[in-house]
Amino acid sequence: MPAAALTPLLLTLKVALFATLLATLFGVLFARTLGRKRSVARDVAESLLTLPLVLPPTVLGYYLLVVLGRNGVIGSWLLDHFGITLIFTWQGAVIAAAIAAFPLILRSARAAFADVDASLEQAARTLGLREGAVFFRITLPLAWRGVLAGALLAFARAMGEFGATLMVAGSLPGRTQTLALAIYDAVMAGDDARAAMLVWISLLVAIVVLLIAARLLQRRRP
Amino acid sequence: MQAFRRRRFVALSLAAALATAPAVAADLTVSAASSLANAFADLGHAFEVAHPGDRVVLNLAASDVLLRQIEQGAPADVFASADETTMDRAAATKSIDPATRRDFAGNTLVLIVAAAARVPKALDELAGPGYPHIAIGNPESVPAGRYARQGLVDAKLWDALQPQLVPTQNVRQALDYVARGEAQAGFVYATDAAVLKDKVRVALVVPTATPVRYPIAVTAASAHAQLARSFVEFAASADAQAVLGRHGFASVAR
Repeated sequence: MPAAALTPLLLTLKVALFATLLATLFGVLFARTLGRKRSVARDVAESLLTLPLVLPPTVLGYYLLVVLGRNGVIGSWLLDHFGITLIFTWQGAVIAAAIAAFPLILRSARAAFADVDASLEQAARTLGLREGAVFFRITLPLAWRGVLAGALLAFARAMGEFGATLMVAGSLPGRTQTLALAIYDAVMAGDDARAAMLVWISLLVAIVVLLIAARLLQRRRP
Repeated sequence: MQAFRRRRFVALSLAAALATAPAVAADLTVSAASSLANAFADLGHAFEVAHPGDRVVLNLAASDVLLRQIEQGAPADVFASADETTMDRAAATKSIDPATRRDFAGNTLVLIVAAAARVPKALDELAGPGYPHIAIGNPESVPAGRYARQGLVDAKLWDALQPQLVPTQNVRQALDYVARGEAQAGFVYATDAAVLKDKVRVALVVPTATPVRYPIAVTAASAHAQLARSFVEFAASADAQAVLGRHGFASVAR
Protein backbone atom coordinates (compact mmCIF):
# COMPACT_ATOMS: atom_id res chain seq x y z
CA MET A 1 0.00 0.00 0.00
CA PRO A 2 1.43 3.42 -0.92
CA ALA A 3 2.47 5.70 1.94
CA ALA A 4 -0.02 8.30 0.70
CA ALA A 5 -2.79 5.89 1.74
CA LEU A 6 -1.10 4.13 4.64
CA THR A 7 -0.52 7.30 6.66
CA PRO A 8 -4.18 8.41 6.71
CA LEU A 9 -5.30 4.81 7.32
CA LEU A 10 -3.06 4.35 10.38
CA LEU A 11 -4.02 7.77 11.67
CA THR A 12 -7.71 6.96 11.23
CA LEU A 13 -7.36 3.69 13.14
CA LYS A 14 -5.39 5.40 15.90
CA VAL A 15 -7.92 8.22 16.29
CA ALA A 16 -10.91 5.86 16.13
CA LEU A 17 -9.37 3.45 18.64
CA PHE A 18 -8.59 6.11 21.24
CA ALA A 19 -11.94 7.80 20.63
CA THR A 20 -13.77 4.48 21.11
CA LEU A 21 -11.89 3.78 24.35
CA LEU A 22 -12.76 7.25 25.68
CA ALA A 23 -16.38 7.01 24.54
CA THR A 24 -16.78 3.50 25.97
CA LEU A 25 -15.35 4.51 29.34
CA PHE A 26 -17.65 7.51 29.69
CA GLY A 27 -20.58 5.81 27.95
CA VAL A 28 -20.59 2.89 30.38
CA LEU A 29 -20.07 5.24 33.33
CA PHE A 30 -23.00 7.46 32.35
CA ALA A 31 -25.19 4.51 31.37
CA ARG A 32 -24.72 3.09 34.87
CA THR A 33 -25.30 6.47 36.51
CA LEU A 34 -28.54 6.95 34.57
CA GLY A 35 -29.68 3.66 36.05
CA ARG A 36 -32.86 1.68 35.65
CA LYS A 37 -35.52 3.94 37.10
CA ARG A 38 -37.20 6.25 34.63
CA SER A 39 -37.68 9.80 35.80
CA VAL A 40 -38.01 13.23 34.23
CA ALA A 41 -34.48 14.09 35.36
CA ARG A 42 -33.09 10.95 33.76
CA ASP A 43 -34.93 11.55 30.49
CA VAL A 44 -33.63 15.12 30.35
CA ALA A 45 -30.08 13.97 31.16
CA GLU A 46 -30.21 11.28 28.51
CA SER A 47 -31.53 13.71 25.90
CA LEU A 48 -28.71 16.14 26.66
CA LEU A 49 -26.12 13.37 26.47
CA THR A 50 -27.57 12.22 23.12
CA LEU A 51 -27.26 15.69 21.56
CA PRO A 52 -23.93 14.99 19.80
CA LEU A 53 -25.73 12.31 17.77
CA VAL A 54 -28.51 14.53 16.52
CA LEU A 55 -26.78 17.91 16.23
CA PRO A 56 -24.99 18.74 12.98
CA PRO A 57 -21.27 17.90 13.41
CA THR A 58 -20.49 21.53 12.61
CA VAL A 59 -22.33 22.61 15.77
CA LEU A 60 -20.18 20.19 17.73
CA GLY A 61 -17.09 21.46 15.90
CA TYR A 62 -17.99 25.05 16.65
CA TYR A 63 -18.44 24.42 20.36
CA LEU A 64 -15.27 22.36 20.58
CA LEU A 65 -13.36 25.11 18.81
CA VAL A 66 -14.79 27.69 21.20
CA VAL A 67 -14.20 25.59 24.34
CA LEU A 68 -10.90 23.90 23.46
CA GLY A 69 -9.40 26.84 21.54
CA ARG A 70 -6.69 28.93 23.12
CA ASN A 71 -9.26 31.51 24.23
CA GLY A 72 -11.73 28.84 25.38
CA VAL A 73 -12.45 27.84 28.96
CA ILE A 74 -10.68 24.47 28.78
CA GLY A 75 -8.25 25.41 26.02
CA SER A 76 -6.78 28.39 27.84
CA TRP A 77 -6.51 26.41 31.09
CA LEU A 78 -4.64 23.57 29.35
CA LEU A 79 -2.36 26.08 27.66
CA ASP A 80 -1.59 28.02 30.84
CA HIS A 81 -0.99 25.00 33.08
CA PHE A 82 0.46 22.37 30.77
CA GLY A 83 1.35 24.22 27.56
CA ILE A 84 -0.99 21.91 25.65
CA THR A 85 -3.03 22.93 22.63
CA LEU A 86 -5.57 20.48 21.22
CA ILE A 87 -6.45 22.41 18.07
CA PHE A 88 -4.63 21.04 14.98
CA THR A 89 -3.54 17.87 16.83
CA TRP A 90 -4.61 14.23 16.50
CA GLN A 91 -5.60 14.33 20.16
CA GLY A 92 -8.06 17.06 19.24
CA ALA A 93 -9.44 14.74 16.54
CA VAL A 94 -9.80 12.01 19.19
CA ILE A 95 -11.89 14.28 21.40
CA ALA A 96 -14.10 15.35 18.49
CA ALA A 97 -14.63 11.74 17.41
CA ALA A 98 -15.17 10.52 20.98
CA ILE A 99 -17.90 13.07 21.64
CA ALA A 100 -19.58 12.30 18.31
CA ALA A 101 -19.49 8.55 19.07
CA PHE A 102 -20.37 8.77 22.77
CA PRO A 103 -24.22 8.70 22.45
CA LEU A 104 -24.09 5.45 20.47
CA ILE A 105 -22.34 3.60 23.27
CA LEU A 106 -24.37 5.33 25.97
CA ARG A 107 -27.66 4.17 24.46
CA SER A 108 -26.50 0.61 23.70
CA ALA A 109 -24.98 0.20 27.16
CA ARG A 110 -28.04 1.59 28.93
CA ALA A 111 -30.34 -0.76 27.01
CA ALA A 112 -28.01 -3.67 27.75
CA PHE A 113 -27.93 -2.87 31.47
CA ALA A 114 -31.72 -2.57 31.53
CA ASP A 115 -31.99 -6.05 29.96
CA VAL A 116 -30.06 -7.63 32.82
CA ASP A 117 -32.42 -9.45 35.19
CA ALA A 118 -32.79 -7.13 38.19
CA SER A 119 -33.38 -10.09 40.54
CA LEU A 120 -29.82 -11.35 39.84
CA GLU A 121 -28.41 -7.98 40.94
CA GLN A 122 -30.71 -8.05 43.94
CA ALA A 123 -29.56 -11.55 44.87
CA ALA A 124 -25.94 -10.43 44.73
CA ARG A 125 -26.75 -7.53 47.04
CA THR A 126 -28.45 -9.80 49.57
CA LEU A 127 -25.32 -11.97 49.49
CA GLY A 128 -23.37 -8.92 50.64
CA LEU A 129 -21.81 -7.61 47.40
CA ARG A 130 -21.30 -3.85 47.32
CA GLU A 131 -22.76 -1.76 44.44
CA GLY A 132 -19.44 -1.51 42.58
CA ALA A 133 -18.92 -5.25 42.82
CA VAL A 134 -22.50 -5.92 41.69
CA PHE A 135 -21.82 -3.84 38.59
CA PHE A 136 -18.48 -5.40 37.69
CA ARG A 137 -19.30 -9.01 38.63
CA ILE A 138 -22.98 -9.29 37.68
CA THR A 139 -24.30 -6.47 35.45
CA LEU A 140 -21.31 -5.89 33.14
CA PRO A 141 -20.58 -9.60 32.46
CA LEU A 142 -24.26 -10.12 31.57
CA ALA A 143 -24.46 -7.01 29.42
CA TRP A 144 -21.12 -7.14 27.61
CA ARG A 145 -22.58 -7.96 24.21
CA GLY A 146 -24.67 -4.83 24.19
CA VAL A 147 -21.73 -2.75 25.36
CA LEU A 148 -19.52 -4.28 22.68
CA ALA A 149 -22.11 -3.70 19.97
CA GLY A 150 -22.22 -0.06 21.06
CA ALA A 151 -18.43 0.14 21.03
CA LEU A 152 -18.28 -1.20 17.47
CA LEU A 153 -20.88 1.32 16.33
CA ALA A 154 -18.89 4.00 18.11
CA PHE A 155 -15.71 2.85 16.35
CA ALA A 156 -17.42 3.07 12.96
CA ARG A 157 -18.78 6.52 13.77
CA ALA A 158 -15.36 7.68 15.01
CA MET A 159 -13.69 6.43 11.83
CA GLY A 160 -16.10 8.40 9.69
CA GLU A 161 -16.07 11.60 11.78
CA PHE A 162 -15.64 14.52 9.43
CA GLY A 163 -17.24 17.87 10.23
CA ALA A 164 -16.17 18.43 13.81
CA THR A 165 -12.73 16.92 13.14
CA LEU A 166 -12.17 19.24 10.22
CA MET A 167 -12.99 22.28 12.33
CA VAL A 168 -11.03 21.27 15.44
CA ALA A 169 -8.06 19.31 14.12
CA GLY A 170 -7.88 20.74 10.62
CA SER A 171 -6.82 18.63 7.67
CA LEU A 172 -3.05 18.47 8.12
CA PRO A 173 -1.57 15.74 5.90
CA GLY A 174 0.32 13.19 8.00
CA ARG A 175 -0.78 14.77 11.27
CA THR A 176 -4.56 15.09 11.50
CA GLN A 177 -5.73 14.12 8.02
CA THR A 178 -7.81 10.97 8.52
CA LEU A 179 -9.23 8.90 5.64
CA ALA A 180 -12.49 10.84 5.55
CA LEU A 181 -10.61 14.15 5.37
CA ALA A 182 -8.07 12.82 2.86
CA ILE A 183 -10.91 11.69 0.57
CA TYR A 184 -12.55 15.11 0.79
CA ASP A 185 -9.27 16.87 0.03
CA ALA A 186 -8.53 14.57 -2.90
CA VAL A 187 -11.99 15.14 -4.41
CA MET A 188 -11.76 18.90 -3.93
CA ALA A 189 -8.32 18.97 -5.53
CA GLY A 190 -9.70 17.02 -8.50
CA ASP A 191 -7.48 14.02 -7.75
CA ASP A 192 -10.05 11.32 -8.50
CA ALA A 193 -7.50 8.50 -8.65
CA ARG A 194 -6.35 9.19 -5.11
CA ALA A 195 -9.93 9.64 -3.91
CA ALA A 196 -10.97 6.32 -5.46
CA MET A 197 -8.04 4.49 -3.85
CA LEU A 198 -8.84 5.96 -0.41
CA VAL A 199 -12.52 5.11 -0.84
CA TRP A 200 -11.62 1.48 -1.56
CA ILE A 201 -9.45 1.34 1.54
CA SER A 202 -12.27 2.81 3.63
CA LEU A 203 -14.66 0.20 2.24
CA LEU A 204 -12.25 -2.62 3.06
CA VAL A 205 -11.73 -1.39 6.61
CA ALA A 206 -15.50 -1.01 7.11
CA ILE A 207 -16.12 -4.56 5.88
CA VAL A 208 -13.41 -5.96 8.16
CA VAL A 209 -14.91 -4.11 11.15
CA LEU A 210 -18.38 -5.45 10.30
CA LEU A 211 -17.07 -9.02 9.96
CA ILE A 212 -15.33 -8.79 13.33
CA ALA A 213 -18.51 -7.38 14.82
CA ALA A 214 -20.60 -10.23 13.41
CA ARG A 215 -18.12 -12.80 14.73
CA LEU A 216 -17.99 -11.25 18.21
CA LEU A 217 -21.73 -10.87 18.53
CA GLN A 218 -22.65 -14.19 16.89
CA ARG A 219 -23.46 -16.49 19.77
CA ARG A 220 -26.29 -14.64 21.36
CA ARG A 221 -27.64 -16.26 24.52
CA PRO A 222 -31.25 -17.45 24.27
CA MET B 1 -71.90 29.03 -24.13
CA GLN B 2 -71.10 30.57 -20.79
CA ALA B 3 -69.06 27.50 -19.82
CA PHE B 4 -67.27 27.53 -23.15
CA ARG B 5 -66.34 31.16 -22.79
CA ARG B 6 -65.04 30.57 -19.29
CA ARG B 7 -62.98 27.64 -20.46
CA ARG B 8 -61.52 29.71 -23.26
CA PHE B 9 -60.65 32.44 -20.77
CA VAL B 10 -58.84 29.92 -18.56
CA ALA B 11 -56.97 28.54 -21.57
CA LEU B 12 -55.94 32.02 -22.66
CA SER B 13 -54.76 32.96 -19.18
CA LEU B 14 -52.76 29.76 -18.98
CA ALA B 15 -51.17 30.44 -22.35
CA ALA B 16 -50.32 33.96 -21.28
CA ALA B 17 -48.81 32.72 -18.05
CA LEU B 18 -46.73 30.13 -19.87
CA ALA B 19 -45.54 32.61 -22.47
CA THR B 20 -44.27 35.02 -19.85
CA ALA B 21 -42.96 32.33 -17.49
CA PRO B 22 -39.33 32.29 -18.72
CA ALA B 23 -39.02 36.01 -18.05
CA VAL B 24 -40.23 35.98 -14.44
CA ALA B 25 -38.98 34.70 -11.14
CA ALA B 26 -35.79 32.93 -12.06
CA ASP B 27 -33.34 31.79 -9.38
CA LEU B 28 -29.88 32.68 -10.61
CA THR B 29 -27.26 30.51 -8.93
CA VAL B 30 -23.96 32.34 -8.66
CA SER B 31 -21.00 30.18 -7.63
CA ALA B 32 -18.48 32.64 -6.23
CA ALA B 33 -15.08 32.33 -4.57
CA SER B 34 -15.22 32.54 -0.75
CA SER B 35 -13.40 35.87 -0.69
CA LEU B 36 -16.31 37.42 -2.64
CA ALA B 37 -18.86 36.53 0.08
CA ASN B 38 -19.60 40.01 1.44
CA ALA B 39 -19.22 41.91 -1.82
CA PHE B 40 -21.41 39.48 -3.77
CA ALA B 41 -24.14 39.58 -1.12
CA ASP B 42 -24.38 43.32 -1.89
CA LEU B 43 -24.06 42.79 -5.64
CA GLY B 44 -26.81 40.19 -5.49
CA HIS B 45 -29.18 42.62 -3.76
CA ALA B 46 -28.39 45.37 -6.28
CA PHE B 47 -29.01 42.95 -9.15
CA GLU B 48 -32.33 41.84 -7.65
CA VAL B 49 -33.44 45.47 -7.39
CA ALA B 50 -32.63 45.97 -11.07
CA HIS B 51 -34.35 42.69 -12.03
CA PRO B 52 -37.58 42.50 -10.02
CA GLY B 53 -38.79 38.94 -9.49
CA ASP B 54 -35.43 37.32 -10.07
CA ARG B 55 -33.40 36.02 -7.18
CA VAL B 56 -29.65 35.65 -6.83
CA VAL B 57 -28.66 32.51 -4.94
CA LEU B 58 -25.05 32.60 -3.78
CA ASN B 59 -22.99 29.43 -3.57
CA LEU B 60 -19.70 30.22 -1.82
CA ALA B 61 -16.64 27.95 -1.58
CA ALA B 62 -13.05 27.74 -2.70
CA SER B 63 -12.85 28.30 -6.47
CA ASP B 64 -11.64 24.78 -7.24
CA VAL B 65 -14.46 23.29 -5.20
CA LEU B 66 -16.99 25.37 -7.15
CA LEU B 67 -15.48 24.22 -10.44
CA ARG B 68 -15.63 20.60 -9.32
CA GLN B 69 -19.32 21.05 -8.55
CA ILE B 70 -19.97 22.64 -11.95
CA GLU B 71 -18.02 19.90 -13.74
CA GLN B 72 -20.13 17.31 -11.94
CA GLY B 73 -23.31 18.97 -13.16
CA ALA B 74 -24.24 21.36 -10.35
CA PRO B 75 -26.88 23.79 -11.70
CA ALA B 76 -24.79 26.96 -11.40
CA ASP B 77 -25.43 29.84 -13.82
CA VAL B 78 -22.48 32.10 -13.11
CA PHE B 79 -18.96 31.18 -12.01
CA ALA B 80 -16.66 33.76 -10.38
CA SER B 81 -13.23 32.42 -9.42
CA ALA B 82 -10.35 33.99 -7.52
CA ASP B 83 -7.69 33.17 -10.08
CA GLU B 84 -7.21 32.71 -13.81
CA THR B 85 -5.83 29.18 -13.29
CA THR B 86 -9.22 27.88 -12.17
CA MET B 87 -11.09 29.72 -14.94
CA ASP B 88 -8.58 28.40 -17.50
CA ARG B 89 -9.38 24.90 -16.31
CA ALA B 90 -13.10 25.66 -16.51
CA ALA B 91 -12.59 26.75 -20.11
CA ALA B 92 -10.50 23.64 -20.86
CA THR B 93 -13.23 21.34 -19.53
CA LYS B 94 -15.88 23.37 -21.44
CA SER B 95 -17.63 24.20 -18.17
CA ILE B 96 -18.08 27.87 -19.09
CA ASP B 97 -19.06 29.88 -22.14
CA PRO B 98 -15.62 31.39 -22.99
CA ALA B 99 -17.20 34.30 -24.90
CA THR B 100 -18.71 35.61 -21.65
CA ARG B 101 -15.48 35.45 -19.62
CA ARG B 102 -14.06 38.70 -18.28
CA ASP B 103 -12.04 39.99 -15.33
CA PHE B 104 -14.08 42.12 -12.97
CA ALA B 105 -11.94 42.71 -9.86
CA GLY B 106 -8.46 42.59 -8.43
CA ASN B 107 -7.13 41.98 -4.95
CA THR B 108 -3.95 41.85 -2.87
CA LEU B 109 -2.54 38.93 -0.90
CA VAL B 110 -1.58 39.88 2.64
CA LEU B 111 0.01 38.23 5.66
CA ILE B 112 -2.20 38.67 8.71
CA VAL B 113 -1.38 37.99 12.34
CA ALA B 114 -3.55 37.34 15.38
CA ALA B 115 -4.14 40.27 17.73
CA ALA B 116 -1.77 38.75 20.31
CA ALA B 117 0.99 37.73 17.90
CA ARG B 118 4.16 39.66 17.11
CA VAL B 119 3.92 41.58 13.84
CA PRO B 120 6.61 40.37 11.44
CA LYS B 121 8.33 42.95 9.28
CA ALA B 122 9.36 40.48 6.60
CA LEU B 123 8.14 37.08 5.40
CA ASP B 124 11.26 35.25 6.61
CA GLU B 125 10.46 36.13 10.23
CA LEU B 126 7.74 33.46 10.00
CA ALA B 127 10.50 30.85 10.22
CA GLY B 128 11.51 32.21 13.62
CA PRO B 129 9.75 31.57 16.94
CA GLY B 130 6.22 32.76 17.63
CA TYR B 131 4.47 31.23 14.62
CA PRO B 132 3.87 27.51 15.28
CA HIS B 133 0.72 27.56 13.13
CA ILE B 134 0.38 29.47 9.88
CA ALA B 135 -2.99 29.18 8.13
CA ILE B 136 -2.93 28.96 4.36
CA GLY B 137 -5.60 27.91 1.86
CA ASN B 138 -4.85 24.40 0.61
CA PRO B 139 -2.92 25.16 -2.62
CA GLU B 140 -4.46 22.07 -4.23
CA SER B 141 -7.94 23.58 -4.14
CA VAL B 142 -7.79 27.20 -2.95
CA PRO B 143 -6.48 30.05 -5.16
CA ALA B 144 -5.39 32.14 -2.13
CA GLY B 145 -3.22 29.16 -1.13
CA ARG B 146 -1.72 29.02 -4.60
CA TYR B 147 -0.88 32.73 -4.56
CA ALA B 148 0.64 32.29 -1.08
CA ARG B 149 2.63 29.22 -2.15
CA GLN B 150 3.98 31.20 -5.09
CA GLY B 151 4.99 34.04 -2.75
CA LEU B 152 6.65 31.65 -0.31
CA VAL B 153 8.45 29.74 -3.05
CA ASP B 154 9.76 33.02 -4.48
CA ALA B 155 10.94 33.99 -0.97
CA LYS B 156 12.59 30.53 -0.65
CA LEU B 157 10.53 29.78 2.45
CA TRP B 158 8.06 27.18 1.14
CA ASP B 159 10.05 24.12 2.24
CA ALA B 160 11.23 25.58 5.55
CA LEU B 161 7.71 26.54 6.66
CA GLN B 162 6.07 23.20 5.81
CA PRO B 163 5.83 21.93 9.43
CA GLN B 164 4.03 25.13 10.49
CA LEU B 165 1.50 25.34 7.66
CA VAL B 166 -2.14 24.56 8.42
CA PRO B 167 -3.98 24.00 5.13
CA THR B 168 -7.58 25.28 5.09
CA GLN B 169 -10.60 24.50 2.91
CA ASN B 170 -11.02 28.09 1.77
CA VAL B 171 -9.53 31.50 2.41
CA ARG B 172 -12.17 32.44 5.02
CA GLN B 173 -11.25 29.43 7.16
CA ALA B 174 -7.66 30.73 7.23
CA LEU B 175 -9.04 34.10 8.32
CA ASP B 176 -11.14 32.44 11.03
CA TYR B 177 -8.23 30.43 12.46
CA VAL B 178 -6.12 33.59 12.78
CA ALA B 179 -9.03 35.61 14.22
CA ARG B 180 -9.48 32.94 16.92
CA GLY B 181 -5.74 32.95 17.64
CA GLU B 182 -5.42 29.23 16.82
CA ALA B 183 -3.05 30.16 14.03
CA GLN B 184 -0.64 33.00 14.77
CA ALA B 185 -0.38 34.07 11.16
CA GLY B 186 -2.14 33.42 7.90
CA PHE B 187 -2.40 34.29 4.23
CA VAL B 188 -5.63 35.94 3.07
CA TYR B 189 -6.70 38.70 0.73
CA ALA B 190 -6.67 42.32 1.87
CA THR B 191 -10.48 42.31 1.51
CA ASP B 192 -10.78 39.32 3.89
CA ALA B 193 -8.58 41.00 6.51
CA ALA B 194 -10.86 44.07 6.30
CA VAL B 195 -13.91 41.93 7.21
CA LEU B 196 -12.40 41.17 10.66
CA LYS B 197 -10.15 44.17 11.07
CA ASP B 198 -10.74 44.31 14.85
CA LYS B 199 -9.43 40.75 15.27
CA VAL B 200 -6.56 40.44 12.83
CA ARG B 201 -3.77 42.78 11.80
CA VAL B 202 -2.24 43.05 8.36
CA ALA B 203 1.51 42.59 8.77
CA LEU B 204 2.57 43.01 5.18
CA VAL B 205 1.54 42.71 1.57
CA VAL B 206 2.79 39.50 0.01
CA PRO B 207 4.19 40.13 -3.46
CA THR B 208 2.81 37.68 -6.03
CA ALA B 209 4.32 37.22 -9.49
CA THR B 210 0.79 36.66 -10.84
CA PRO B 211 -1.52 39.53 -9.88
CA VAL B 212 -4.68 38.51 -8.00
CA ARG B 213 -7.49 38.76 -10.55
CA TYR B 214 -11.11 37.60 -10.44
CA PRO B 215 -12.59 36.29 -13.70
CA ILE B 216 -16.33 35.71 -14.10
CA ALA B 217 -18.25 33.77 -16.77
CA VAL B 218 -21.59 32.20 -17.61
CA THR B 219 -21.53 28.43 -17.17
CA ALA B 220 -21.91 26.28 -20.26
CA ALA B 221 -24.93 24.47 -18.81
CA SER B 222 -26.75 27.52 -17.42
CA ALA B 223 -30.53 27.20 -17.61
CA HIS B 224 -30.84 31.01 -17.43
CA ALA B 225 -28.06 32.00 -19.82
CA GLN B 226 -29.67 35.35 -20.73
CA LEU B 227 -30.05 36.41 -17.11
CA ALA B 228 -26.60 35.01 -16.27
CA ARG B 229 -25.11 37.16 -19.05
CA SER B 230 -26.75 40.25 -17.57
CA PHE B 231 -25.26 39.39 -14.18
CA VAL B 232 -21.78 39.04 -15.69
CA GLU B 233 -22.21 42.38 -17.48
CA PHE B 234 -23.54 43.91 -14.28
CA ALA B 235 -20.45 42.76 -12.33
CA ALA B 236 -18.29 44.82 -14.69
CA SER B 237 -20.59 47.86 -14.65
CA ALA B 238 -19.70 51.13 -12.90
CA ASP B 239 -22.36 50.50 -10.22
CA ALA B 240 -21.00 47.08 -9.35
CA GLN B 241 -17.43 48.34 -9.46
CA ALA B 242 -18.37 50.97 -6.87
CA VAL B 243 -19.80 48.24 -4.59
CA LEU B 244 -16.69 46.08 -5.06
CA GLY B 245 -14.52 49.12 -4.39
CA ARG B 246 -16.33 49.73 -1.08
CA HIS B 247 -15.36 46.19 -0.08
CA GLY B 248 -11.74 46.90 -0.95
CA PHE B 249 -11.47 45.20 -4.32
CA ALA B 250 -9.36 46.88 -6.97
CA SER B 251 -11.12 47.70 -10.20
CA VAL B 252 -9.70 46.07 -13.28
CA ALA B 253 -8.96 48.56 -16.04
CA ARG B 254 -10.52 47.36 -19.27
